Amino acid sequence: MEYVSPEGLRLDGRRPMEMRQIRAEVGAVSKADGSAVFEMGNTKVIAAVYGPREVQNRSQQLNDQALVRCEYTMSNFSTGDRMRRPKGDRRSTEISLVIRQTMEACILTHLMPRSQIDIFVQVLQADGGTRSACINAATLALADAGIPMSDLVTSCSAGYLNSTPLLDLNYVEDSAGGPDVTVGILPKLDKVTLLQMDAKLPIDTFENVMQLATEGCKAIANYIREVLQENTKQLESRRGT
Amino acid sequence: MLQSKSFVRKTKQGKVVKVVREHYLRDDIYCGASICQVCDSTGARLSPDASTILILDTNVVLNQIDLLENPAINEVVILSVVLEEVKNKNLSVYNRLRGLCGNALRKFFVFSNEYHKDTYIKAMVGESPNDRNDRAIRVAAQWYQKHLGSATRVLLITNDRENKRKATEEGIIAETVESYVKSLGQPDLLDLLVQPAAGDVSMEDAEDMRPSKKKVIYSEHKPMSEITSGLHRGIYHQGKLRVNRYNPFEAYVGSESIGDEIIIYGRSNMNRVFDGDIVAVELLPRDQWHEEKSLSIVDDDEDEDDNVHLAPSSADDAPRTTNIVQASSADSTSAPSRPTGRVVGIIKRNWHSYCGSLEPMPMPAGNGGIAHALFVSKDRRVPKIRIQTRQLGNLLDKRIIVAVDSWDCLSRYPSGHYVRTIGQIGDRDTESEVVLIENDIDSRPFSSQVLGCLPPIPWSVSTDDLANPNRQDLRHIRVFSVDPPGCRDIDDALHCTLLPSGNFEVGVHIADVTNFVHPGTPLDDEATQRGTSVYLVERRIDMLPKPLTEDICSLRADVERLAFSVIWEMTPEAEIISTRYTKSVIKSCAALSYVEAQARMDDSRFNDPLTTDLRNMNTLAKIMRQRRIEKGALTLASAEVKFQIDTETHDPLDIGMYQIREANQMVEEFMLAANISVAEKILKQFPVCSLLRRHPSPTREMLEPLLRTAAAVGLSLDVSSSKALADSLDHAVGDDPYFNKLIRILATRCMTQAVYFCSGDLSPPEYHHYGLAAPLYTHFTSPIRRYADVVVHRLLAAALGLCKLPTIFQDRPQLTNIADNLNYRHRNAQMASRASVELHTLIYFRNRPVDTEARIVKIRSNGFIVFVPKFGIEGPVYLTARSEKGSGEWTVDEQQQKVKKADGSVSYSVLQTVHVHLEVVEPQPNRPKLQLTLI
Ligand SMILES: [Zn+2]
Repeated sequence: MEYVSPEGLRLDGRRPMEMRQIRAEVGAVSKADGSAVFEMGNTKVIAAVYGPREVQNRSQQLNDQALVRCEYTMSNFSTGDRMRRPKGDRRSTEISLVIRQTMEACILTHLMPRSQIDIFVQVLQADGGTRSACINAATLALADAGIPMSDLVTSCSAGYLNSTPLLDLNYVEDSAGGPDVTVGILPKLDKVTLLQMDAKLPIDTFENVMQLATEGCKAIANYIREVLQENTKQLESRRGT
Repeated sequence: MLQSKSFVRKTKQGKVVKVVREHYLRDDIYCGASICQVCDSTGARLSPDASTILILDTNVVLNQIDLLENPAINEVVILSVVLEEVKNKNLSVYNRLRGLCGNALRKFFVFSNEYHKDTYIKAMVGESPNDRNDRAIRVAAQWYQKHLGSATRVLLITNDRENKRKATEEGIIAETVESYVKSLGQPDLLDLLVQPAAGDVSMEDAEDMRPSKKKVIYSEHKPMSEITSGLHRGIYHQGKLRVNRYNPFEAYVGSESIGDEIIIYGRSNMNRVFDGDIVAVELLPRDQWHEEKSLSIVDDDEDEDDNVHLAPSSADDAPRTTNIVQASSADSTSAPSRPTGRVVGIIKRNWHSYCGSLEPMPMPAGNGGIAHALFVSKDRRVPKIRIQTRQLGNLLDKRIIVAVDSWDCLSRYPSGHYVRTIGQIGDRDTESEVVLIENDIDSRPFSSQVLGCLPPIPWSVSTDDLANPNRQDLRHIRVFSVDPPGCRDIDDALHCTLLPSGNFEVGVHIADVTNFVHPGTPLDDEATQRGTSVYLVERRIDMLPKPLTEDICSLRADVERLAFSVIWEMTPEAEIISTRYTKSVIKSCAALSYVEAQARMDDSRFNDPLTTDLRNMNTLAKIMRQRRIEKGALTLASAEVKFQIDTETHDPLDIGMYQIREANQMVEEFMLAANISVAEKILKQFPVCSLLRRHPSPTREMLEPLLRTAAAVGLSLDVSSSKALADSLDHAVGDDPYFNKLIRILATRCMTQAVYFCSGDLSPPEYHHYGLAAPLYTHFTSPIRRYADVVVHRLLAAALGLCKLPTIFQDRPQLTNIADNLNYRHRNAQMASRASVELHTLIYFRNRPVDTEARIVKIRSNGFIVFVPKFGIEGPVYLTARSEKGSGEWTVDEQQQKVKKADGSVSYSVLQTVHVHLEVVEPQPNRPKLQLTLI
């Protein structure tokens, strides 16, 4: 299958190094302490954050840091076939864990001992790259909730098809079965906090692909920062200062 | 790098399941004209002085690809919507079109109209995808005209009447292919045009020239919907159709749904199929399953004349189940009848272009020089093809290439069009090229990218190579090579040293090709594709470029070369005590020919160390060979012929059987041993991704012809195992000395050939190599001329930890693909060699009619097939003229394999020696052929 034409265009008209259109909105769920919607092309994810609050299950309470919990779900209507999804299947458990670990790495949990932070992420529409979109949405929601973080963690994926590294795979490209590298970085600290790949790649190719994904993360970080600044300005104007 | 802001986003929507896909439209897609002031012209392909730019409709590309490949067609814009449609409809045309677009010499530009913000269109309500695409083409044409201004004429070429009308209405200049080609003023181009089918704009001058009797010859193919439901309900069976190479009116469809092969007999049941088509077949009622066989022979009025050809060397070369004698006399109760069917529809055509010549015909009078001729392919499986030509006089004595366009049920033959001329019929170079084309052999010179991968010449072993701890320095060892005379690509060398313990150290040193051919390089890709070197009588088509094969890798005498060595310690009884494998540096002390080596061994006056080594090796080899034979390895025989070629004219001077000497067998024995040792090593290390070679045991059915022949002369063969067969072959001694060899030759041609496979695809018992009676076998010893050996070298190097295993080995389907391609290339290379020998046999006998001895190998109703041992050919000898086939004068005795004259005065039986006269006759002008007649 030809995923990149000799003219250098992908199936949806992007060039290999181009990301899909991204859009973010802060404060979509008014009841939550913080929330956000994040879109990468047709992938649409909503995240809500509750906390820091009292630990519900006392036995889980940590005395030196906050407890971070994460629940990932996919809505029944998120894919074309609209099937009922069991809760807590292996894939969601795994993604929940990945998101929790990634977010934990940037939340300053030691500032909030004996408390609990809940992150709920739901995929509204899936078109490849849901993992990255979830992390980006969670970051925004955490920032919206005012939870102290060392940096804004952002994530982006890249793949390798037709001997070309491709940024931000959509569903069709993702289904090609090629390698898909998901990277999460702390852009200011320039640290990698998440790196996943479920295929084999020669090491030199892998470096190129990962480099591309990292570039993508940085671009997303810039955008997220803009969104947050815009949001803060609006809050300011609403408050009338 | 983020340009998403400048995108306009639109969505396309799918059908049953709602699929939403993003579709980004761009403003950075350029027109490809180098004169354009607006666009970035770095990727431009259209020349600055182009006054006309062609935009092609999909149907034009699909039907007229042969025309497009002609250099006269240039300044073409291919729209991405067209590319996409072509890709969905015909992948091979798509690949050819892509080839054109990628060819720097041609001016074809791909315009991604579907992603351009001004040329993308959305389907209107109620508009069919076809209409939408036609509109997209017109919109793009309009955009081009506007974009380039009036100085350039944008011409839409379409054969779709509706599209042409709409285009004209919208102010686009549109023409049909025919009128455009005519306007070019090159009448020869018109031959390349495909005859229009119904619904297209008809050519003004093309009144139907098909036979006037418009009667339906074939039954209509079922529509696709009916086929799908038929397959579903199990009344039709789908499969790939194979036409019998020796009888074009017999075909087989391997059907998974009934788990057996369905046989299809006769022209009307085959219903316009081509070899390789995917078809839907309906089974005939069971009572019609057998008698069809005799029908098939009556049915074909075409000359099914068996030509004199090279004797087959394996079952793959021989006709399958076409034994006319057997067919006419077999009673249907004893033989298990095989399912017989008829083709009801064609799911996928396997049409491509074919090599051949026109059937001789008189020049037509008048008619503007347009003639309708019948094309006869070299490949007998292909039916005759009707073509239209304006250069008949030119083409009659030429080998030409013709492509098939259509075949409706009213015409006896498919219609097609002329593609190109190869050369004069009978001319050696032309015929050799035909051989290459027919067997899909790439004989083009290596590209500059490939040559760029070669190390600089002159090359010599570097200090780095010597310092490499993984490379053992074996230069002090007395290594030598034994090859056919004049061999320049020496890929193996040997040594044999007597150890103090009384044992022998025996080494097989193979050219270290993988030291120069690295995975993923253009050189490696090319070699993967070629798969093997091809040996024709007068030339060799190399798998690797000459500097590698004849110099850098060739283990020539007195130069230091890199090698990959297998070294054994052996007892004087040839028992292997230990085996080691290493990369090495060697310096061969002598490159001997078989004759030289043999002469040294035989001549007791020679007592130098080298000769002693040779004698020791020969002793070991004989023991190994004996042991192999005891285990059941078959000593088979084939009738290989050798030509002596005039160095100046390349014409054959002499012809004779290839003589096998002890020295050949000695080298062969050690190569077998090395291959087996390497197979064991790589399989141990890589149980699922090793490339091995297996030889399937022949089934009883395959050996049937051999058993029948043997029974007729009172010989019973035990075929229960290779050991049993080997023993009974040993005991098959007749009155004359040649009898045993003849039986072995007949046995050999009953067996299929060995094949490469990926170890993960089969279970260990299936790895067996029947002919060698070896549980494991692979190819390691000829990496210069076989790609399989290159793969095995890499596996062995990885098994020894010398390098990493290339990534393709982690991907089993890909490895299976490589094995399949190697088998395909191998088979083709062999067929090409055989065809080349046949061609040279014909050239040789052109002026040298000869009387010779022949052996009858098969009895037929009107004569018999003889095998001429001296020249390795076989062919029919007719007792009665072919027109009075089966007139009753001769009768066939199936049991005795005998043909008798009615009055009993004369009889011929199988394996009998007869004297024949061999000469080249020319029954039709320019169609010489060999003919055998009884003296
Ligand atoms: Zn332009």
